[in-house]
Amino acid sequence: MSLFYLETLLIETYKIIFLVLPVLTAVALIVWLDRRVWAFVQKRRGPNVVGPFGLLQSLADALKYIFKEIIIPATSNKIIFILAPIVTMTLALIAWAVIPFDENLVLADINVGILYLFAVSSLGVYGIIMGGWASNSKYPFFGSIRSAAQMVSYEVSIGVIIINVLLCVGSLNLTDIVLAQKDMWFILPLFPMFVIFFISALAETNRPPFDLPEAEAELVAGYQTEYSGMMYAMFWLGEYANILLMCALGSILFLGGWLSPIDLYPLNLIPPVMWFIIKMLFLFILFALVKAIVPRYRYDQLMKLGWKMFLPFSLIYVVLTSSFLIYFDLLPKV
Amino acid sequence: MLIDDRMIQGIFFYIFALIAIVSAIMVTVSRNTVHSVFFLILDFVSISCLFIMSGAEFLGMIMLIVYVGAVAVLFLFVVMMLNVAQQENEWFQSKKSKEQNSSHIPVGFLISTIIFFELIVVIGGWKLQPEIFSNLKPEVMLGTTNTHSIGSVLYTDYIHLFQISGMILLVSMIGAIVLTYKKRVGLKRQSYVRQISREKISGVEIVNVDKNKGVKIDV
Repeated sequence: MSLFYLETLLIETYKIIFLVLPVLTAVALIVWLDRRVWAFVQKRRGPNVVGPFGLLQSLADALKYIFKEIIIPATSNKIIFILAPIVTMTLALIAWAVIPFDENLVLADINVGILYLFAVSSLGVYGIIMGGWASNSKYPFFGSIRSAAQMVSYEVSIGVIIINVLLCVGSLNLTDIVLAQKDMWFILPLFPMFVIFFISALAETNRPPFDLPEAEAELVAGYQTEYSGMMYAMFWLGEYANILLMCALGSILFLGGWLSPIDLYPLNLIPPVMWFIIKMLFLFILFALVKAIVPRYRYDQLMKLGWKMFLPFSLIYVVLTSSFLIYFDLLPKV
Repeated sequence: MLIDDRMIQGIFFYIFALIAIVSAIMVTVSRNTVHSVFFLILDFVSISCLFIMSGAEFLGMIMLIVYVGAVAVLFLFVVMMLNVAQQENEWFQSKKSKEQNSSHIPVGFLISTIIFFELIVVIGGWKLQPEIFSNLKPEVMLGTTNTHSIGSVLYTDYIHLFQISGMILLVSMIGAIVLTYKKRVGLKRQSYVRQISREKISGVEIVNVDKNKGVKIDV
């Protein structure tokens, strides 16, 4: 009997390792992709020296970070200072447990998958607050306060957007959400919501044009100012893992997850996991292009955009969606 | 040693319950207020784990989203803004306010006694007459996820109570905004409409300046 539990434990550990390793590799690769896209928009070459096309650049960077000294400021709150990057990194990785890569390829197929993702992404703010406060220094504190206010504000509009999708699905399970898009991806009926989701995701992950927490001209590097070596690298990995997670969430909610666009002969030869990766990459390249193209927002403009434009608009869209579904009797049957 | 499902559940229950109780004690004991808030967050998280263990996954997740994701962030904001170093030690002994003779201990004692008696009444009633709760229990749809069953009860039988609580929250939110709102004069706000609708003719003005008199800009 106890052998059975040991076996389950081993199998689960094996599954977790085979989820985490590809995610970390993907994070390293998208950091490279991000820099390359950014460079190409500005007619530069970007990292192209280490390995073929510079693919191993992130690995080289990681090695550099590992061998650097970790400096802990003397006046900092040491326990919280060390905990902050760990919290960021852990939260960025545990969210991947519920992401379905294929119909049965998911680590934990839980009933409230979307709520779990939402909860984990709303916990992500703690890594930043802890880092900023424990540094015991002006600029990190300002950065973390900005970042926390920004993330909390944009979470609200992401929540309302998710409600729009859930109205069309009738389930909180991520696999059900993808399967409900078999006939039509939700990007078609909910296109305005997709646009708002994309912009809110930029703000939620502190990406340009909403990278005020680390606005280098005003705040040095925001909450990361006092961090060095591997601890800085963990913040950095966690940030990119969160960006990738937002891309995955966007492709699950609006772009039909692992489903191919049309169920026709040449297209359905491509394995479903590949479709999922292609959609994530598409969204990520959009993220990278925005970084290269758009200038940074001012803080009051950011707050105005979140609370006075996105929130009312997505609330009105909830009313529209639900009245449409009720009028045409399309509400999902439980 | 034999391990079965109930035993593993029991082990996890006691782990989470222990973390919850210890962190709840640490909230009140720890000297640093920021540490107290972090222990409060740990408490919320372990309680939501207990909810999930007892099969109420919706409640557990909502607990995480609402309390940890929003309420505790606001707590942290307020506490971090206060000058923490001054606050240490003064809470229990109230050295500063000795002349006003207002220690916090009597109020705290009163509130905790009331809560204690309420708990005794509830648990005592449950132990003496177990059928009390079967009368209060709403009709729950069996065989669905608990998100569905909560929704089917909350939006049908209790819709008025639900909407009234929503209205109370809305009113208190507006009240808080009205209380703290101060109209500041002399503030130069950005108006997108004015910016965009500015024309070349109205934007630029040619002024003939008299010699040795100058001109006043920015009215």
